[in-house]
Amino acid sequence: MADSTGKFGVGSVHPGIPNRRQFFQLGAGAAAGWTLSGNAFAQTERPTNPPDKPRGQVIAALSQEPTVFHPLMPGIEVDQGLWWQVFSPLWFIEPDGKFVPDLAREVPTIENGGLSADGLTWKIKLRSDVKWHDGTPFTAEDVKFSLELNNNPDFRARSRVGHSLVKDIKIVAPDEIHWRMEAPYSPYMSILSLTFIVPKHILDKVPDPNASPFHNAPVGTGPFRWGERVPGDHIQLNAHAGYHGKGPYVERVVFKYIPDLTVLYTQFRTGQVDYTGLQGILPNFVQEAKTLKGRKIFVSSTSSVEHVAPNLEFGPFADRTVREALYLAINKQAIIDALNYGLPTQTESFVPQQAWSFQQGLPQHKYDPAKANALLDAAGWVRGSGGVREKGGVKLEFTNSTTSGNAVREQTQQLLIQDWRAIGAAMRVNNMPAAVIWGDFWQQSKFNSVIVGVNFMLGSDPDVTPRFGSGATPAKGGRGYNTYQYQSVEADRLLAQGAKQFDLAERKTTYGDLQKLIRNDLAILPLFQGFIAEGVKEGLQGFRPNINTSINCWNIREWYWA
Amino acid sequence: MARYVANRLAQAIMLLVIVSAIGFAILHLAPGGPLSQFAASAQMTQEDLDRVTKQLGLDRPLPIQYLDWFGRMLKGDWGKSYRDGEAVLSVITSHLGATLELMATATIIAVLLGCWIGVLGALRRYSLFDTLATVGAMIALSIPTFWFGLVTIYVFSVKLGWLPAGNRQTVGDGSFLDLLHHLIAPALVLALVETAMWGRFMRSSMLEVINQDYIRTARAKGMLEWRILTVHALRNALLPMITVAGLQLPTLLGGALVAETVFTWPGMGRLFLDSIGYRDYPVVMGILMFSATMVLIGSLLADMLYAVVDPRIRVG
Repeated sequence: MADSTGKFGVGSVHPGIPNRRQFFQLGAGAAAGWTLSGNAFAQTERPTNPPDKPRGQVIAALSQEPTVFHPLMPGIEVDQGLWWQVFSPLWFIEPDGKFVPDLAREVPTIENGGLSADGLTWKIKLRSDVKWHDGTPFTAEDVKFSLELNNNPDFRARSRVGHSLVKDIKIVAPDEIHWRMEAPYSPYMSILSLTFIVPKHILDKVPDPNASPFHNAPVGTGPFRWGERVPGDHIQLNAHAGYHGKGPYVERVVFKYIPDLTVLYTQFRTGQVDYTGLQGILPNFVQEAKTLKGRKIFVSSTSSVEHVAPNLEFGPFADRTVREALYLAINKQAIIDALNYGLPTQTESFVPQQAWSFQQGLPQHKYDPAKANALLDAAGWVRGSGGVREKGGVKLEFTNSTTSGNAVREQTQQLLIQDWRAIGAAMRVNNMPAAVIWGDFWQQSKFNSVIVGVNFMLGSDPDVTPRFGSGATPAKGGRGYNTYQYQSVEADRLLAQGAKQFDLAERKTTYGDLQKLIRNDLAILPLFQGFIAEGVKEGLQGFRPNINTSINCWNIREWYWA
Repeated sequence: MARYVANRLAQAIMLLVIVSAIGFAILHLAPGGPLSQFAASAQMTQEDLDRVTKQLGLDRPLPIQYLDWFGRMLKGDWGKSYRDGEAVLSVITSHLGATLELMATATIIAVLLGCWIGVLGALRRYSLFDTLATVGAMIALSIPTFWFGLVTIYVFSVKLGWLPAGNRQTVGDGSFLDLLHHLIAPALVLALVETAMWGRFMRSSMLEVINQDYIRTARAKGMLEWRILTVHALRNALLPMITVAGLQLPTLLGGALVAETVFTWPGMGRLFLDSIGYRDYPVVMGILMFSATMVLIGSLLADMLYAVVDPRIRVG
């Protein structure tokens, strides 16, 4: 659960929509056209003069400890940070949304014959010059094994979304693999960009796919090979000399685990760490951090959208008028300026503003308590004793929950209490520890309302079927994360349509309509788009935030000391 | 003596069983679970979560889960961490060294400094030194370890640059001097409260001893003052400290937990906090049982040692 709290600087979306050919050069319908967010404090730098051979080391500080080293098992963002260094996907997504081949020779498109026109047949050509860290050649067998492992009933796979549709995998040659999809599913291109390939020659011998020496000393094809792990302290990776791509340019990467964000920032300040990764620099330190000598601060967007999540089956929230009135009564600017140091940007959509699928021109929120009061009056919500409104015996009172200890969200709740009291709505705080709130309480929709930051995207794809599909409500036996209990025939139609479309322009229209619908229905009350502030030591080149990945140290292979 | 030890061991085993049952129940009955961290992940659906829950055996009735865990634990299998798949015992031992290093250093500092302050305070009762020591102890006991740790980092690392702002060692440098350099601040922070406690206990114990008849008799016989203090007073005053040492273990573990968090010290305290946060049941239970065993052993050893060193004590 990312605790991202906002966004700084919204980059413009791509001017113009790519044509069909351009789109398939990017990849299938899941291609994301992000642009890097603006940054007031530092310019991202692409490597210009990397050294001829790896030199020096990078100490990357993380506030969570990477502990899951098998990239197909359940892991969190911080684990992904490590997977990017040790493993490789078939292709990855650049910050600008472009799919770039990695283990594959090219990204499959209809034009290059990699995809059939109906989206059912996939033909992937692989690189033949790739070696695993132990020297074994990488082949199509590894890809087949990885895809099948995801569907192995005995394997604790992180997710089978998309993978479960893969059938009839055929190895045509050591460097070519074909498969058939049970149904067209355009987001799979994006899912595969975050699916790391694991070695068959090591893992098919293990009796238990969930536990083997590989799990604690992984072997991959990525730019860095496993070095050592001191549990609770750090993980060291060493440059892989036989890496098939560009780089790496540093000899070692050390992921240093520093759980307390204040201490993490202090160690960055004193020079003990070179980069502050997840969860970056706390907003209250950003201004000071900008003044540090020999340090560069990057503030970049994340895909997470901070919002108030209403339980749409809970009494007053079932009434759209109530949701609209509550939304009008939120002083968003105060939340952004006073609590988040003016860093985030307000949003109206669940899609990040840099995405190709982001819908411009959604109705803009306006802080208008008078209008909110008028709406409630007109809808028959009458002020009762204590100033709390009622209608038909239902009081306009509810609880709001978030993670205890998240100071910014707890302060946000205090502002919301004041804002909503002014329109006759009574909100009570009911906070819980992370492990509690995000359990059944959240998953089974036992809350009234929650403040949460959610990344709605599937990688870079706007398919939000698991979030807003009628069949995705766990409280009703659904398979997904529609904890809002949102139900809309029109949304279901759009979601089904979007997942089958392979034309970018068509998909953009479909997901644009969906955003309008969600905004109009106020299924969520969006506050702002997430941001992360990260620090890098001066002289360290190549850091490029990537909104399409869960963590910005995705490309350490490109980093080097100037 | 043998019967006493056997009784105490039986009690300890019963206590461990009760601790394990209560700990297991509290841990599992608390809302949330090891998969809660994925609740906001766009990649894992409820179907995925249900599948993994079943694979981990977390869908079984709680008594069955407990009996399964307990049975395996008796056979020496403490389970595997949900986070990295490592055997629990291996996870604990990999963090144990760092904690022992920190606790042992802090204890040595606290015992030496605390005893010295306590003895001096008792000998110079109501003097300026004694008053300052008393006030200092009150302040030390009142200061939150977390805050004191952060202040220490701010002063000695950020402002003065004398000490590292945390970690057990510089990456790539495992030299003794480097380890010592990193150990100073967390050990001193952890030792602060311990020193105050040892000082207060030692002062009381020493005051009690130096007013005894045999001390007066020794003085009347013309024995040298330093001999009276070291041979008669100090040795007897140290006896109750054995019990104190045994009882200090839980306090020390609690303090280590905070100090390890502030100083990013890769020890058991931080492991425990992390594991609770992730609801890594096997590891939490492992640490709980390990800590409970250590505390019980500490208490038992203190009692036995006390009986051995003080012939007046009779047990059984």
